[in-house]
Amino acid sequence: MAERPEDLNLPNAVITRIIKEALPDGVNVSKEARRAISQAASVFVLYATSCANNFAMKAKRKTLNAGDVLAAMEEMEFERFLEPLREALEVYKKGQKGKKEVSEQKRKDKEKKVDSENDRSREEEEEEERMEEEPDAEDDEAEN
Amino acid sequence: MKMSHNSCDKDDQSPSGKKNISLPISRVRLIMKSSPDVSSINQEALFLTTKATELFVQHLALSAFNNGAGKETNSLSYSDLASTAEETETFQFLTDILPKKILAREYLKSLEEMQEEDGDF
Repeated sequence: MAERPEDLNLPNAVITRIIKEALPDGVNVSKEARRAISQAASVFVLYATSCANNFAMKAKRKTLNAGDVLAAMEEMEFERFLEPLREALEVYKKGQKGKKEVSEQKRKDKEKKVDSENDRSREEEEEEERMEEEPDAEDDEAEN
Repeated sequence: MKMSHNSCDKDDQSPSGKKNISLPISRVRLIMKSSPDVSSINQEALFLTTKATELFVQHLALSAFNNGAGKETNSLSYSDLASTAEETETFQFLTDILPKKILAREYLKSLEEMQEEDGDF
């Protein structure tokens, strides 16, 4: 839980950098405008969370997942974000998988006894990811 | 069969170049958790929300810049943002935190008008 209200702000330096990257070079963004965009971003997070949470609740799940967030974007009429978000998620998943494999390798080297268990759980995870990826791939083809 | 092959050459799939996120995930989680109904959020949902927030910041800044008067003066002002929030359907949820500024004398005038209307009843 947030203890101070400023905990619910996003870091100004990062917001400023993202704004600068989006606009043409040399555009002057007033301090007031930067603060307003930063506050808007916090409200966006809350709005997206509330939409995503509705989807999770409808499906009787307690944990928000990637599908809920994507569905929220559609609901909020930010369909333009869907494609870049799916791409970013693919890259993210791959990074996570890589990390997992590296740490698993380390663990295996240390204790060879738990080998079989680790392999089994990894196989199950991969199976799950494949099932999630399939509809996405079809969507991509349809849109292109 | 097809899928396992697919996962091997995904290395080439990064056309946007913006794969990583710059906003702190921990802060985004804190904001999400401040919503009372939310019990837990998985890592992927957290990552996506963070990324979406970055896209949103870019989209809002660019929309306000393109719609506003900033193109001539090469600047982005608060009033550009406020009018974009008001005029653009997808930014309507921002009108509460991005109110249009009006002069005090205009506000007092509208306040007087409202009181007069109330008085009619």
